Amino acid sequence: MASFTPTIPAPRPTTSRGERGNLPPVVGGGDGGRPDPGSPDYGARLRRARLGLAVALTPIGMLFVAFTSAYIVRQGLPTFDPSTNTVVHDWIPVRLPTLLFLVNTCVLLLSSVTIEYARRQLARQVALEPVQSIPGVSLGAERKFPWLALTIILGLCFLAGQWLAWSDLAARGFYVATGPSSSFVYLLTGAHAVHLLGGILALLATGVSVVLNRPLASRRIVVDVTAWYWHFMALLWIYILALLEFAR
Amino acid sequence: MVAQESHQHSAPQGFIRKWVFSLDHKVIGLQYYFLALTAVFVGMFLSLLMRIHLIWPTAVLPLLGEIKPETYLSLVTMHGTIMVFFVLTTAPQGGFGNYFLPIQIGAPDMAFPVLNMLSFWTTFVAYVVMLAAFFVVGGAPLHGWTGYAPLSALQSAGPGQGLGADLWIISIAIFCIASLMGALNFITTTLDMRARGMSLMRMPLTCWSWFITAILGLLAFGVLLSAGILLLMDRNIGTSFFLPLGTINGQLTGHKGGSPLLWQHLFWFFGHPEVYIAILPGMGVASQVLSTFSRKPIFGYKAMVYAMLSIGLLGFMVWGHHMFMSGMSPYTAFAFSIMTMAIGVPSAIKTFNWLGTLHKARIRFQSPMLFAIGFVSLFVSGGLSGPFLAQPALDIPLHDTAFVPGHFHLIMGVAAIFGIFAATYYWFPKMFGRMMSEKLARIHFFLTLIGTYSVFMPMHYLGLAGQPRRYSQLTELAYLHPLMGLNTFMTYAAIITVAAQLIFLFNLFWSMFKGPKASDNPWEATTLEWTTATPPPHDNFGGRTPVVNNGPYEYSVPGAPRDYVMQSDPATVTAH
Repeated sequence: MASFTPTIPAPRPTTSRGERGNLPPVVGGGDGGRPDPGSPDYGARLRRARLGLAVALTPIGMLFVAFTSAYIVRQGLPTFDPSTNTVVHDWIPVRLPTLLFLVNTCVLLLSSVTIEYARRQLARQVALEPVQSIPGVSLGAERKFPWLALTIILGLCFLAGQWLAWSDLAARGFYVATGPSSSFVYLLTGAHAVHLLGGILALLATGVSVVLNRPLASRRIVVDVTAWYWHFMALLWIYILALLEFAR
Repeated sequence: MVAQESHQHSAPQGFIRKWVFSLDHKVIGLQYYFLALTAVFVGMFLSLLMRIHLIWPTAVLPLLGEIKPETYLSLVTMHGTIMVFFVLTTAPQGGFGNYFLPIQIGAPDMAFPVLNMLSFWTTFVAYVVMLAAFFVVGGAPLHGWTGYAPLSALQSAGPGQGLGADLWIISIAIFCIASLMGALNFITTTLDMRARGMSLMRMPLTCWSWFITAILGLLAFGVLLSAGILLLMDRNIGTSFFLPLGTINGQLTGHKGGSPLLWQHLFWFFGHPEVYIAILPGMGVASQVLSTFSRKPIFGYKAMVYAMLSIGLLGFMVWGHHMFMSGMSPYTAFAFSIMTMAIGVPSAIKTFNWLGTLHKARIRFQSPMLFAIGFVSLFVSGGLSGPFLAQPALDIPLHDTAFVPGHFHLIMGVAAIFGIFAATYYWFPKMFGRMMSEKLARIHFFLTLIGTYSVFMPMHYLGLAGQPRRYSQLTELAYLHPLMGLNTFMTYAAIITVAAQLIFLFNLFWSMFKGPKASDNPWEATTLEWTTATPPPHDNFGGRTPVVNNGPYEYSVPGAPRDYVMQSDPATVTAH
């Protein structure tokens, strides 16, 4: 499955005097000569995890396709209004806290950037693990920047921001059952938030696995998969926002 | 393709790790199978209660008392739900698929063993929640396995529609998650873990059927989950997705603007692929068994694959044929009708190919073969009434009559079950290392075949004569009096058929411990599970990595030393 081949370019490690030095040959690996951190099937496991994620994103997509379908159908449904004895369309789009949603969107996109940095950082660490033990070899400009922790914080900020948006709606009198439009706003944003929370829990589990000293390769796979999941959640959020804002 | 890698986990020790929270796909497969086995007996018991009530409506049963009309409807609901979800969606796919997919493709386990274990236990939780609905205040729901709104969307709509209905929806939601986890595993395993030489077009048809079934599940269960979430919201927090303006018991419900049709669309968009999920693995097993016991390659392997793919694809385009009576435009009905009849084409291709496999074969009429041939017979019988219902003009008089359960019971309730039986008798020696009693198997086969035909064939006639379905009282309708004799016959046939399943149950458990020891390949079959020890070791192949050189059904190859060539044998002249 060539599309799942990891292609993170690893920076050339240098000696502390900036020379290239004598590097050991890349050893082992049963899959195309990629650097093999320990376990012989690491590349295969990564590809498999990515394939699994692609498969898993399909039903999540279908869930939101179904919600979208219900949303579009509901907008056009006529209903009987007993006070006027006529059939009317009772869809009144609720005014959205657009500014708040836009701020949240920026927070989420920023978290997408940070998790991408985290993903690449971890991939580089894994690729360089065999050579790091050699005295005199430094990782150059590689810093231990806490991209993962930053992502978790931004993710939680996004959820807090969503909570603020719901509070704003509630303050104006729009609860889940107030009307069809408000029902869908809560439904779509709530379902997205639940899935994003799942992503945050995965990142927290990764943090725990650092403390528990799990193998780097396994951590890389988890973060890699969670990062792609996170990007999907960001795109999904943009879709939901566009649906709510424009398909009114 | 990936070279065989080391198995992720070593053989577990200790009872809990080995038999309860096992990561071994073989144990998980058996767990699914035995869950389905208990569920099918619960479902059969419920159906017996229904059949007995239909002809003796005033009968007072021990422990249960008199069956009131609302109780009858809850029996209808729970029978359908338990059979469709916990038998037909678990045993063929979760049971046999989990056990044999990795072995048949030459893998040491599924792609994600922990997820596999979780998917079984999530299914188990869903099962417990579903059964709990019987025991709560108000009892089990009465809205049918299809859960139509507004009946299902209002807490006060009837007995059982309170907590019982909530538990039903929650159970189904949990089941959706479990199924999606399973589908994930099946698809990833099939795509990523095939042994060297096992190309997609060399996979046994069972593997194809599990793969396509998993894709169907992946796309359909998300929609059912969405419908369940919307229904829970309508019932509990006052939204109106499915509820229009209306009154209940003279009072306004407080909902307005929703549409019961929206539920029907969402449910049946899932519901139709669901019935293909129920039947496709049976088709795969039928192909496998027919080929093995005819000593011939399956006729038209490629056509069989493309037919299953077509059935899967078309299955997503026909859901409206469950809604012909909902008031849809005749043009929409026409479109759904054409697509539905189109599914008959790949189904017919498969049927003729099965017959082609049997044609001029030196058939070995052992018990798995009997059930596979029975599957073909029942698939034709049950399938042929489908095109009747596919035509809106005919569906108008037949909808909600006994004709419809006649159709779907023959195909789901019998053909798919025969697929499970065929798989059980076929793979029992491999799973348990012993042979089942052939004599008891034959008695079981003939009693079940004749019994199920006796129960469900007359339903078509009853439906044409106007007998409604889901009615608890038939005896009080004068125009149905002439049909009560036939109904009585069907009830007796049902009692005998259910009793005959006890023979199977006895055979299954007796043979597990006392059956004659089986060799590694008692049926002289060709696929990879028959190359390994009986029962298979923890990593399936005892440290070996199978390499595949032949197709899956190389029987009676001219010039070969035996009448079968195993997939891992050296390549034959006809290998492709």
